[in-house]
Amino acid sequence: MSQRKRSRGSGLTQGDDEDFSVVPTQSPSQVQRNLESRSQEEINRKVTELVQFLLVKDQKKIPIKRVDILKKVIREYKDVYSEIVNRAGRTLQQVFGLQMVEIDTKHHIYILTSTLPRVEGENLKQDIQTAKLGLLIVILSFIFMKGNSAKDSAVWEFLRRLRVQPGEKHEVFGDVKKLVTEEFVRQKYLEITPIPLTDPPEFNFQWGPRAAKETSKKDILSFVAKMQKKEPSFWISQYNEAKANA
Amino acid sequence: MAAQMSDAHRRFLQVLMSHGIMEGAEARKLHRRCCEISKVYYAQDKLDDFVSTINNQLQPLFMQIRKGMSEVDGRTHYALVNMAETEITKMASDYAENELELFRKTLDLIILSENGFASSTDILNSADQLKTKKMKKKEAEQVLKIFVDDKWLSERNGEYTLHTRCIMEMEQYILSTYPDIAKKCNICHSLAIQSQACETCGTGMHLPCIGKYFKTQSRPRCPQCNDFWPYEIPGTK
Repeated sequence: MSQRKRSRGSGLTQGDDEDFSVVPTQSPSQVQRNLESRSQEEINRKVTELVQFLLVKDQKKIPIKRVDILKKVIREYKDVYSEIVNRAGRTLQQVFGLQMVEIDTKHHIYILTSTLPRVEGENLKQDIQTAKLGLLIVILSFIFMKGNSAKDSAVWEFLRRLRVQPGEKHEVFGDVKKLVTEEFVRQKYLEITPIPLTDPPEFNFQWGPRAAKETSKKDILSFVAKMQKKEPSFWISQYNEAKANA
Repeated sequence: MAAQMSDAHRRFLQVLMSHGIMEGAEARKLHRRCCEISKVYYAQDKLDDFVSTINNQLQPLFMQIRKGMSEVDGRTHYALVNMAETEITKMASDYAENELELFRKTLDLIILSENGFASSTDILNSADQLKTKKMKKKEAEQVLKIFVDDKWLSERNGEYTLHTRCIMEMEQYILSTYPDIAKKCNICHSLAIQSQACETCGTGMHLPCIGKYFKTQSRPRCPQCNDFWPYEIPGTK
């Protein structure tokens, strides 16, 4: 009974036997022994700190790196890391209806998503944040309708028609280029990759991992259909793709 | 009777968390909407009971949904605050060392001021003398804007004061850090950043509290020393 079975899931929901052990050869009895050497109070304190840490980072939509969790919160409690994380996950679910989802399995990066059923017109912050999300949805829609990938020139041309231009300071979004190419990318909503051998350099716009987790092709297609006053099935290949993806 | 935590409570908490702070009327609407969506029984006008249920769960996490009054319009607000007794914990995970230092300096200026406001000139001058890492004026202006967006500060005519949310979250910290300087309202006994004070005895009160208190008096007098109240009573224009 040496190693725990590694599960290959891409999400961590509490209760999953996700491989989180920092020391890969820890046996369950070893974990138990480590737990017993720490007081309940100490562990509870660490769980609370971790929950607060995750919430603060997520409010700013900053993806959370496991490396930072270990360095800034867990620290000398590394040996009971999995216990702390599991308990934090349960607390997040029980109190906030949130769960930790791994969006990068190689570098172990997480975001928090809501486990509550999605509802139309949910009143999140009605200000610059919702405006930014509106812009993002429009960009995600464009990318999806173009077959999941669009060139930067096409995206900017599309936005230009909506009077959103990278060169000008927008009255709501400010520096639009920075918002789209830096903020949305950092928040993992968009992925922008350079196209090799292009001069001047061109870029490919695609959905980022957070976009995939927070919305769906089905939702985006519904949005497009509503805007254009057509049925989603009007776009045959996108419709089939959205169905397959659901 | 402690009710069970439901999806309605969780949804309410998620929305409140994303806003940071909400006005009472908005919070009541949200209460109803969350119960409707999650098909949970909606007890009208029992928002405080609803909030208590959530607070029971938040307590072990040193967090709380607190009710507070805006110093500007006297309206009730609900905010999610951090109760941990350490200094500026919630902010600490979000900002750089020198940004926190700038905030502390701004806090000093606000608390020490007569009217609860610090001028942007004074704040920007202190940015120059930060011990952690100096900040240029342009950068300091950006940081101030972020503090305003994040509802730690409020800006009016180039001057900065504390946002209601900040006062609700940091009241204890401020009262214990500035024990002789921070003022308390004579009527509601909460921390008062913006206030009017009696010229004779120095007793201070929140503007909305003054408005309420003097409503019933024909000739306004200081509640402590009975001298005539020298200022225009808020809300009597």
